[in-house]
Amino acid sequence: MNVSILDTTPDTDLRQSSTGSPVRLRGVTKTFGSQTVLHGIDLDIPAGQFVAIVGRSGCGKSTLLRLLAGLDRPTAGTIEIHGLSTGWRDRVRLMFQEPRLLPWQRVAPNVEVGLSHAEAGADRRRQAFEALGQVGLSGREKEWPAILSGGQKQRVALARALVSHPRILAFDEPLGALDALTRIEMQALIEQVWEDKGFTAIVVTHDVSEAVALADRILLLDAGRVAMDVMVDLPRPRRHGDPVAAAIEGQILDRLLGR
Amino acid sequence: MPSRSEIDEKPEGTHTMSRALPWIVPLAILLLWQAASQFGVLADQIMPAPTAVAEAFWRVTRSGELLRDIEISTWRAFAGFAVGGGIGFALGMLNGLSQLSEKLTDSTLQMVRNIPHLALIPLVILWFGIGEEAKLFLVALGVFFPIYVNTLHGVRSVDRQLLEMGRAYGMSERAIFWRVVFPGALPSIFVGLRYGLGIMWLTLIVAETISASSGIGFMAMNAREFMMVDVVVVSILIYAALGKLADSVARLLERTCLAWNPVYAEL
Repeated sequence: MNVSILDTTPDTDLRQSSTGSPVRLRGVTKTFGSQTVLHGIDLDIPAGQFVAIVGRSGCGKSTLLRLLAGLDRPTAGTIEIHGLSTGWRDRVRLMFQEPRLLPWQRVAPNVEVGLSHAEAGADRRRQAFEALGQVGLSGREKEWPAILSGGQKQRVALARALVSHPRILAFDEPLGALDALTRIEMQALIEQVWEDKGFTAIVVTHDVSEAVALADRILLLDAGRVAMDVMVDLPRPRRHGDPVAAAIEGQILDRLLGR
Repeated sequence: MPSRSEIDEKPEGTHTMSRALPWIVPLAILLLWQAASQFGVLADQIMPAPTAVAEAFWRVTRSGELLRDIEISTWRAFAGFAVGGGIGFALGMLNGLSQLSEKLTDSTLQMVRNIPHLALIPLVILWFGIGEEAKLFLVALGVFFPIYVNTLHGVRSVDRQLLEMGRAYGMSERAIFWRVVFPGALPSIFVGLRYGLGIMWLTLIVAETISASSGIGFMAMNAREFMMVDVVVVSILIYAALGKLADSVARLLERTCLAWNPVYAEL
């Protein structure tokens, strides 16, 4: 059973409570042993922008995302979020490539994991139900994750990320493991919640057409440096096969493939 | 064309048939055994007839002897299990979570594990005599290792990605333990639990047979002295029943606690 994403009605309270934070990187470097993965990255992302980071495997895009999610610390340089250089971790939520749901907890408590920093209470359950409504999974609160499809699991993961009203939502190839149709549905859902809630979105992907379909701005990372910074100024919702989008996609692919 | 009732009946019939099938061989053996005893092929001193065993069962039940012995044996078994299993669980958790603790104790424990615990019986009798402590000690020692090894393995094999997710989502160390590590290790802990239960009965049987003045093992050894083969057989069957009962309870617990896992939900 798949609930249409068009059925979800955004909650006006939540729209106000979650607005994006600006991100500022200065000279961010990350080394693992003798290998330098990121070379002094300077980057400004305005509040509420939808940024896609593309690049070949091993270009450092996932490392950058992990730094932004607070899972790792930069070897050198500073990361400021909302003007804060520390204590911003709860403002950022990371969505992984895999759903990473707790298999021994039902759907609603899995979403409540997103509220771990807050004190327990009946309010948590209510917020989890709301977040599940936003991703079109109302009525599935008591299911075990094992019986959900791949797309539905990823929706639960999205609800878990959204439930704490993050200022920044980072996605690490969140649609990589989904089939083509589910992918298009999820792209539309992510775009919709981003428009509703206004968080700053940072998506790491190796799929350039996905980046062009979703992002305001595309960063191409190559050998730990920003090699290209392209604005995608197209009206939303974007249609697949738009000629301007195709031109941007071609330009980025040429650079990626060294043509 | 077959009539409707024939079609309906057929699956019903095969179903009953397939349920009865596993019981045919044991039933045949029982009948053969009874016949062999009755016609004098099997001497009473070697193996009494099933009816004689049933009579003996009734006799020791009525005298209250059986219930008292079951009670004392069960108490010994579970007291030893609680001590050994408790320590094994605690150490397994500790060594799974703390590298320092693991480095300090794991290799020692692995060395001790290679000593068959039943080989310690002469030493244990020297230390504790044939009192309760000796049996408790042996059961606890026997149960300790399967629980320890499986708890440690369970904690180690908890999905790293879930641990990372827990940290990324701001879970406290306590929440990570109770919501990620413990439930993740539980399937493996249950393997240790069921294995430990088997060792628990086995150890107790040996310990009670060698040195005891009460319990089912004592009942069997006492009956042997008076050549009451029927009572010996009853004791053996009681041990089997208790072992089966403990395993069934563990399986029920497993199915309840691991209901999230489709593997157990299907059983």
